[in-house]
Amino acid sequence: MAMLEVRNISKSFGSNKVLKDISFNVEKGEVLAIIGPSGSGKSTLLRCINQLERADGGTIKVCGLDMLVKNERGKTVYAPPDKLREIRLKIGLVFQNFNLFPHMNVLRNVTEAPIRVLKQKKSSAEGYAMKLLSQMGLYDKSEAYPCELSGGQQQRVSIARALALDPEMLFFDEPTSALDPELTGEILKVIRKLADDGMTMVIVTHEMAFARDVADHVIFMENGVIADEGTPEQLFGANASERTKQFLQRY
Amino acid sequence: MTGEEIKKVVEILLQYLVPTLKVFGFTLLYSIPLGMIVALLKMSKIKPISWITNLYILVMRGTPLMLQVIVAYYAIPMLKQSEGLPSFMQNLLASVDIKSDSFMFNAVIVAFTLNYAAYFAEIFRGGIESIPKGQYEAAAALSMTKTQTFFHIILPQVIKRVVPASSNEIITLVKDTSLANVVAYAEITMKAKQQMQLHSSLVPLFIAGAFYFAMAMILTVISSIVEKKLNYYK
Repeated sequence: MAMLEVRNISKSFGSNKVLKDISFNVEKGEVLAIIGPSGSGKSTLLRCINQLERADGGTIKVCGLDMLVKNERGKTVYAPPDKLREIRLKIGLVFQNFNLFPHMNVLRNVTEAPIRVLKQKKSSAEGYAMKLLSQMGLYDKSEAYPCELSGGQQQRVSIARALALDPEMLFFDEPTSALDPELTGEILKVIRKLADDGMTMVIVTHEMAFARDVADHVIFMENGVIADEGTPEQLFGANASERTKQFLQRY
Repeated sequence: MTGEEIKKVVEILLQYLVPTLKVFGFTLLYSIPLGMIVALLKMSKIKPISWITNLYILVMRGTPLMLQVIVAYYAIPMLKQSEGLPSFMQNLLASVDIKSDSFMFNAVIVAFTLNYAAYFAEIFRGGIESIPKGQYEAAAALSMTKTQTFFHIILPQVIKRVVPASSNEIITLVKDTSLANVVAYAEITMKAKQQMQLHSSLVPLFIAGAFYFAMAMILTVISSIVEKKLNYYK
């Protein structure tokens, strides 16, 4: 069963068509990388699946649950709020700018949602959070505040925060774009490790070498459509389309 | 004035510090929560609500507090005398005892609260709007509800941002309590004026001034302590 089924998604901001007829699947354990020039709609696509934007048309299924469907009259409608909430819990999202909560220390950033949303006991939420933080190499930073951490450390906290809700899938929206080049490596290592552990992931990225290395499937987006897609070997190989080659030349 | 007389004046003014502090305390107690509600109403997506709230803020900030205190104090007695009001209004007005001791105090508190809520509302709105969109999105991506997001993610950050501007308002309020004497509410300034006339001396006024100054100093110290306490993050 596909973890994520996206069919014919479209989205406009005013007269600007950002997404046109996008369809793809993500299987369990698969790592999908989405690449493409700025403004091609990559982030909007992620945000539509994460309910941070509302898609105008198409259908989305997450873990077999209908999130966006066409009703009898052919209108595109979202699932009822409680269903949307259930679906949202299945997907974790890591932002480009981390968006950590600055007034909470690292530990509380990670435990806030499990305690408030999943109604977990504080002690068990903290136990699990500490486990995640050690996996991220941040065991000794649990009492620190986000402003005291480097960008790479902040991004690792935000990955731990997303994992704390035990999502089925993890989305990354340009996770290294706000980082110094020296710090991108530590984030890519963490994502690499998650991929090895079998985490299903969708990664919007400008790190071509990384996409090639870690992804099972790559989508190249341009002007709101999927311009090219395939395995990394296909897209980064000699048989890629002219446009893909042209785009990749810059990296 | 002799030392004995000065001591007497200090004692009298100290007694009237209580009504001054009552206006100060009750105004804060009511105007801060009301200001938060007004701020949220002004940011409402329902346009008429936002417009009406904005009009209220404009009027409250655009007219003198002294005038508002006078209106609050005389409105009900005046309306009682007027004819042709609907009967439910007459009944409502009849239920207010304008001769009771608490009426004057209540009128003062109503005027001060409505006025200060407008100022606080603008401070709080600025604070709420300064929180980056990413904070709401991060909370939403973690499946937090709107209420959880507001109280646990947004509000704590807003409080930190509005403390400096709010302490300014609070210090102004200490001094503004003297405006209550316009409807003969007996507080420090009014008593100081009476003592000035009694003794033909400016000393009572200086003593009253020293009281206000001391209160403002205490508030300044408190606000800088609070600011420091909230400085554990950036």
